Amino acid sequence: MKTLKVLKTIKLFINGDFVRTESGRSFKMNNNDGETYANMSLASRKDFRNAVVAAKSAQTVWAKKTAYNRSQILYRMAEMAEGKITELENAITETTETPKIQAQLIAQSIVDTFVFYAGFCDKYQQLMSCINPVAGPHHNFTTVDAVGVVGLFADKEVSMQLFMDQLCSALTSSNSVVALLPKKYAAILAPLSEVLATSDLPKGVVNLLTGDQEELGEHFASHFELNSLCYLGDNSETKKHFKKQAAKNMKRIVLPKSKTLELENILNFVEYKTVWHPA
Amino acid sequence: MQNQQLNNKKINEKKSGKNNQVKNTGSENVDHNQSSIFNFDYAPSLESTKVVNIQKKYDLFINGQFQKPKSNKYFKTINPATGEVLSELAEASKEDVDLAVQAANTAYEQTWSKLSGKEKGKYLFRIARLIQERAKEFAVLETLDNGKPIKETRDVDIPLVSAYFFYYAGWADKLDYLYPGKKVKPIGVAAQIIPWNFPLLMAAWKIAPALAAGNCVVLKPAETTSLTALLLAEVIQDAGLPDGVVNIITGAGNTGAELVKHPDIQKVAFTGSTEIGKLIAENISDTNKKLTLELGGKSAQIVFEDAAIDQAVEGVVNGIYFNQGHVCCAGSRLLVQESIAEVFVSKLKDRMAQIRVGNPLDKNTDLGAINSAEELEKIQKLIELGKQESSKYFEIDTALPKEGYYQRPCFFNEVSSNFSLNRKEVFGPVLSISTFRTTEEAILKANDTQYGLAAGIWSDKGYKIQQVAAKLKAGVIWANTYNKFDPTSPFGGYFESGYGREGGKHGLLPYLEIGGE
Repeated sequence: MKTLKVLKTIKLFINGDFVRTESGRSFKMNNNDGETYANMSLASRKDFRNAVVAAKSAQTVWAKKTAYNRSQILYRMAEMAEGKITELENAITETTETPKIQAQLIAQSIVDTFVFYAGFCDKYQQLMSCINPVAGPHHNFTTVDAVGVVGLFADKEVSMQLFMDQLCSALTSSNSVVALLPKKYAAILAPLSEVLATSDLPKGVVNLLTGDQEELGEHFASHFELNSLCYLGDNSETKKHFKKQAAKNMKRIVLPKSKTLELENILNFVEYKTVWHPA
Repeated sequence: MQNQQLNNKKINEKKSGKNNQVKNTGSENVDHNQSSIFNFDYAPSLESTKVVNIQKKYDLFINGQFQKPKSNKYFKTINPATGEVLSELAEASKEDVDLAVQAANTAYEQTWSKLSGKEKGKYLFRIARLIQERAKEFAVLETLDNGKPIKETRDVDIPLVSAYFFYYAGWADKLDYLYPGKKVKPIGVAAQIIPWNFPLLMAAWKIAPALAAGNCVVLKPAETTSLTALLLAEVIQDAGLPDGVVNIITGAGNTGAELVKHPDIQKVAFTGSTEIGKLIAENISDTNKKLTLELGGKSAQIVFEDAAIDQAVEGVVNGIYFNQGHVCCAGSRLLVQESIAEVFVSKLKDRMAQIRVGNPLDKNTDLGAINSAEELEKIQKLIELGKQESSKYFEIDTALPKEGYYQRPCFFNEVSSNFSLNRKEVFGPVLSISTFRTTEEAILKANDTQYGLAAGIWSDKGYKIQQVAAKLKAGVIWANTYNKFDPTSPFGGYFESGYGREGGKHGLLPYLEIGGE
């Protein structure tokens, strides 16, 4: 006997809460049979700005945690994602015409990305910090600091592996993130945000938005509280526009190579701080 | 008016041999009787300029040769301490820029990239040594051209220049150790544009790591301070560096713009104002050129009540008045804990009264000439703006030489966070002072700026220093010291102070591609 399906509205994930867009707008996501899969929130400029406010205050909370603790929280994400692996996989297969076997690989890569970067939270500092043998009576050392609030802007069709890799890289070096998911994979916001919400990640450290790339791009580019803007995609016009706008408040523009699971990806989101003290 | 008369009197005294006499009667109504014991009369002790031989005219250094500019245009460079013309420099046009970039490209492809790291390193070691051997000549020339005191060029600038070449020389054949788990490779040709405040030192900061990383460069020194870079070109010739590896072209903003725009450069490294830095970033936004920027600052010096006060006073003075305050990382905002503010400011005034402003060639001089009339005007305008917002202005009362461009060291007290003097970079000997009560407030105030280049912490408590240093958003933090530089120590800022680091192993990264074959 066929029962009526309960349709879900997939909400945004801002400041640890699942919220509808303040704009009261949505877009429909169909499944591969052309039926409605879910209604998605079409995030507005205000949603984005709320997310930045949340990320800004969350960043200090996140950075204050010990590296060991951050490491455990990222590992907890892997554990939670493993529990939701079928859900992640289904969100992909049902909405993107991705063959099941490939969707499984994508879902698995999400888990593996969490594991990889979990293990890096307390190590990249050791690799990149140093004692500098200055020619004088001073103790001098360079440490690695977070860049701050990272805007992660993914074009519509960007792969989930690349997206997750940048998200985790930024988290590893204790940044907070406001991310716009690739529209193609918007449905993944539901299981992904549930993973994040149940992993002891302080609220606001990761904020996930779904919406129109064309509409939100401008706001990502021009917001003065973003310290870094990571663009995933290969649209040269977008790149140019982001770079130009970023110059206004000297946002660090990150245009990642396609390599995943790399120290270099973490180091795209750091500042080096050098301290001198008489010795 | 009264001040004016006082100044004239001083200048007359100076004529009669009482050089650099300082009497502390500032414009704030404070009793200075106590400090009158600090009246020093120093006999002038002028450094001889015989060691330098300035040519009448300088051409562009392209492909290992001095070449006449295609533009056939020359511009004057002056001694800011006297206003007299020192020489004429070639103005590189678009065509000249193109020649320089082509020379660098050819050198990169045909010689520099084919040399082993070891050989490249040997050239850099040679250059370091040659600079040491001609240190006095460089120091005097730098002072003549820039206006900074001879004691600084002699003891800071030039020794550091040599040290940077020496440090990076050793990296040239050790790049495989630089990045964990990865090979690195050079980028190609770098366009390097440097400011006038540390002319030769900035040239060294740019050229040494670029070459060690295997790149070739086109360097454009600032138009008011190109002479030492041109002397460096001679040293480079003497060192036998292959032609075209380093090209030095003179000119002003237009030359710089042509260089940045050139399609055959792969990297831009700029040190200068935040304003120009942003323009450069915008201008190359449609290219894949890599970019590092070392820009302005409004760095805070935090003095806690438990600090060694006299030492902190000394440090604050060095932090803001070193090099006439023309330092991107100058400690231009003093945050002093409320409980010691009064005594601190009083001691600061006493110490400032001993600063000798005058002929930069005099070995006694602490504060030399402002680099140009334009800069002096900029500083004076900001001081005027400051005076409109605050009545707590203080400057030392000292005679200034009649010719040349000079500014008395000064400060504004009780400056609120929103005052221009607390927000705008002055790039001159102007300090703004405010107070704080708690450590949290100090951190908040220190971080309340769009810049993030440097900061100073003065405290006797180790834990406090660690705690505050961790929370300050700045690339360089000096604890119980200030304005120290070293080739092994990375330098560069957060936020609108730019991006990338110069110095140390991190200073090589912007000149390399990670994960190359």
